[in-house]
Amino acid sequence: MTVTANLAARLAEVIGPQRVVAAAEELAAYSVDGLAPSAIVRPASAEEVAEVVRFAVAEKLALLPLGSRSKCEMGTSPARYDIAVDMTGLREVAHYDAGDLTLSVDAGMPLRELQIYLQRKAQFLPLAVPCFESTTAGGAIASGIDSALRLQYGSARDFLIGAEFVDGTGQICKSGGRVVKNVTGYDLHKLLIGSLGTLGVITRLNFRTFPLPATSGGHVANFASGQGALSYWSTVEKAGLPLANLEVLSPKAVEMIRAILQQTGVESPGGLGREEWYVYSSFEGNEAVVRRISGDLERIARGKGALRSELLERAADESLGGMLRESFEWLRWGSPANVIYRLVVPEVTAEILDELSQLAESVSLRAALLVRAAGVVYFAVFAKSEDDAAIARLAKTVAGVRSIAHARKGHATLLHAPLAIKANATAMAPGELDMTLQQRVKQAFDPSGVFVPGRVVGGL
Amino acid sequence: MPACSVAHYSEVVNRQRASLNPSLIHEMKALLGAANVLEKPEDLLLYEFDGSVEKARPDLVVFPRTTEHVSRIVKLAAKFEVPVVGRGAGTGLSGGALARGGGVMIVFARMKKIIEIDVENRRAVVQPGVVNLDITRAVEDAGLYFAPDPSSAKSCTIGGNVAENAGGPHTLAYGVTTNHVAALELVLPDGEIVRVGSKHGDAPGYDLCGLFVGSEGTLALVTEITVKLSRKPEAVKTLLAVFETIEDASQAVVEITARGITPAACEMLDGWTLRVVEAYIHAGFPRDSGAVLLLEVEGMQEAVEAQAGAIEEVCGSCRAREVRLAKDEHERDLLWKGRKNAFGALGRLAPSNYVLDGVIPRSKLPQALQRIQEIGKKYGFSIGNIFHAGDGNLHPIVLYDPRDTKQFEKAIAASAEIIRACVEMGGALTGEHGVGMEKNELMALLFSDADFALMRRVHDAFNPDSSLNPGKIFPLSKGCGEIRIRKKEPAGVKA
Repeated sequence: MTVTANLAARLAEVIGPQRVVAAAEELAAYSVDGLAPSAIVRPASAEEVAEVVRFAVAEKLALLPLGSRSKCEMGTSPARYDIAVDMTGLREVAHYDAGDLTLSVDAGMPLRELQIYLQRKAQFLPLAVPCFESTTAGGAIASGIDSALRLQYGSARDFLIGAEFVDGTGQICKSGGRVVKNVTGYDLHKLLIGSLGTLGVITRLNFRTFPLPATSGGHVANFASGQGALSYWSTVEKAGLPLANLEVLSPKAVEMIRAILQQTGVESPGGLGREEWYVYSSFEGNEAVVRRISGDLERIARGKGALRSELLERAADESLGGMLRESFEWLRWGSPANVIYRLVVPEVTAEILDELSQLAESVSLRAALLVRAAGVVYFAVFAKSEDDAAIARLAKTVAGVRSIAHARKGHATLLHAPLAIKANATAMAPGELDMTLQQRVKQAFDPSGVFVPGRVVGGL
Repeated sequence: MPACSVAHYSEVVNRQRASLNPSLIHEMKALLGAANVLEKPEDLLLYEFDGSVEKARPDLVVFPRTTEHVSRIVKLAAKFEVPVVGRGAGTGLSGGALARGGGVMIVFARMKKIIEIDVENRRAVVQPGVVNLDITRAVEDAGLYFAPDPSSAKSCTIGGNVAENAGGPHTLAYGVTTNHVAALELVLPDGEIVRVGSKHGDAPGYDLCGLFVGSEGTLALVTEITVKLSRKPEAVKTLLAVFETIEDASQAVVEITARGITPAACEMLDGWTLRVVEAYIHAGFPRDSGAVLLLEVEGMQEAVEAQAGAIEEVCGSCRAREVRLAKDEHERDLLWKGRKNAFGALGRLAPSNYVLDGVIPRSKLPQALQRIQEIGKKYGFSIGNIFHAGDGNLHPIVLYDPRDTKQFEKAIAASAEIIRACVEMGGALTGEHGVGMEKNELMALLFSDADFALMRRVHDAFNPDSSLNPGKIFPLSKGCGEIRIRKKEPAGVKA
């Protein structure tokens, strides 16, 4: 307790008492995997962040930058955690050139607020990530989580054009710039994506923005088997239709979406609720484009023996699209205890989906599968309680998922798990990842190890 | 920041070089065979140039055929303490593939195998010496292509593209090289062979693939590349918009961008250059016009029709004299030939031309072009412009005679002033050519001591002795921006 009081007082000397919090209940709210910090700072500028980092370096303390804290359970558990750096105080748009479609924004800016800001100029940022209502730009980048629009717009690495951040020596650094094409210097900002606060404190991000589409459409086709759904996807892919998103959903995933939509009083999109596999597609463009894609999807669905094929009304499309953006969120609250994996494999086959389903069945648990067309499989296993027996059954899936991914030269990441399982999560580190190269980067950014250790795969 | 305490690189660069240790040459020949090692001054001459205005001669040129060769070459060079520089076709425009500190040049021309083509998952695994366009040629029957298309696509290699993060006209819609590379095999300066990235995306850990692409050969040598292949669009339309003035043409680009129309390519040729090009190539550019925009829209038939219509409308509102749609493949190819061979055409006017590469926010295009003309006047040059207007990537061209030292110095000074103007407008030093040894001294326009300190730590994490491609990217001038160099006297060089 004295350490806490002392630390807060000393931090107050560094950036002022109004920027430091050390009340026990607040500290608990900043816990990551059960570990609470000893103090929270709320800097209002990059300079203040730098001062806090320099203080922590001098005092050999470990600090972790946080945004809205919606996804800080991602990553492995921190080995040590002294100071939480709450970045939500930095939330200005530093620069917006609508004519150039470029934006520079503080890390603490909520994506929802940014969306409203950009809408005025009929533009948007294609970061359709879970917890969208609360997540900050900095948090979305640091978490590295998938965007539901990645099929069309790419992932953050394709439209993040620069960044400002405080490195592990407490210096404000930048890389990239504010122009859409730039090869000046090393692309250090790409390293920040998915770095979970281990390389630097992101203070500002520069993005390329995109024009809002003239109109959009949605379509659902359902199939009796995962194989049928994948075969339809493959045909759609080969047809070269420019889709914004395509997701294959297992019956359990469909059932969960239906239940949530029912609770919120929203009518389920057409056909949702049967014990079948669904393929959802969304697409954008002018009316002629949307009409053409709609027609082609219906034709392909019929040709591939879909049990049902339906174009969605705008409201239904928006609610289903929104649900799929948030799938990480509802999967993790889907049962008292559950595990969510993210697998990346060279080719998503019916065999993999079967093996994953069988893995869940082998421990008598239900599982949901979501395949995002960019090649990512979300696999969630649900236990009905959080007692030891349930946790033990969940834990048994870890090795199985890993071997399914590795057998195909892919890899699996644990996105969410009970702490007892996460403690052994280093087991998920893929053998083929060259840790010495990773460590060299970590060492260059953070020579004294001021950013919380243990967050990134392999103990970084 | 503490002062850098190590020797100043330019002292090494400027020191008169002597011949290499014969044992190094002997061991290289034993490893690769005498036919794959060049040591005679007349053979080395070819390798002292690339596409830039810079010049630096290597002491030895070697041609590996395998990754193992590369690893062993690097280890040998380390043993004799001589620097190593990688080179593809030598078409680079910033001196990236020049041996600034002498030493061993590794030319990847004989590592040109396409190792694997995975049509189903749209990936190809290739060696670094594969020519950019040959990737597309190998996969086009399957309806696929490799999207980055530098003007030198017929000769430049994918290894060089990766090192420089090369662009091209169609990167406007599809992104530059880094957006199309999934994984790399690399040889580090100590000879270790490593892999980064993942064939099918989203490798765990930090995005090292993103770091190595565009690192200009200063962190590692690329020995194998897994590229992403794109699906050929269903429809393509090529338009030529003809304007009376360059101001109108650049205003059209501003409007096209601001309205959110994303053509696949949007290239501008100003009146001065298009007349030179037309006389040589007969591409169909009206000789009495002030500027033309060469625009391409790609995608679904329905999208292409609409985009072409919108572009026509915008160009009309910006006083275009004419917007012509290429009626067939032949006309389309001819227009592109005019664009892609423009630099060659300029060779008819002066002994040499200096192609600059700067970037500005697209909203500032008219001001930037005006500023370039003013700078040209100040230094007494006619400066032409053939460039990627759609992404704000300027390529002013200065014609000069390299034999006239004064004129050359003025060309360099004009270039620096243009790049400064780009930075003042919120732009950057280079959009696609790289920093190399052309702009390393200008880096301080954009980066602070803290930025350099971090970049240098990243550099040193992989290339601690600067034995790999020394003298590039980082400024050599005194101050903390300079990059550390070898501490010891290179033993491979006789005093």
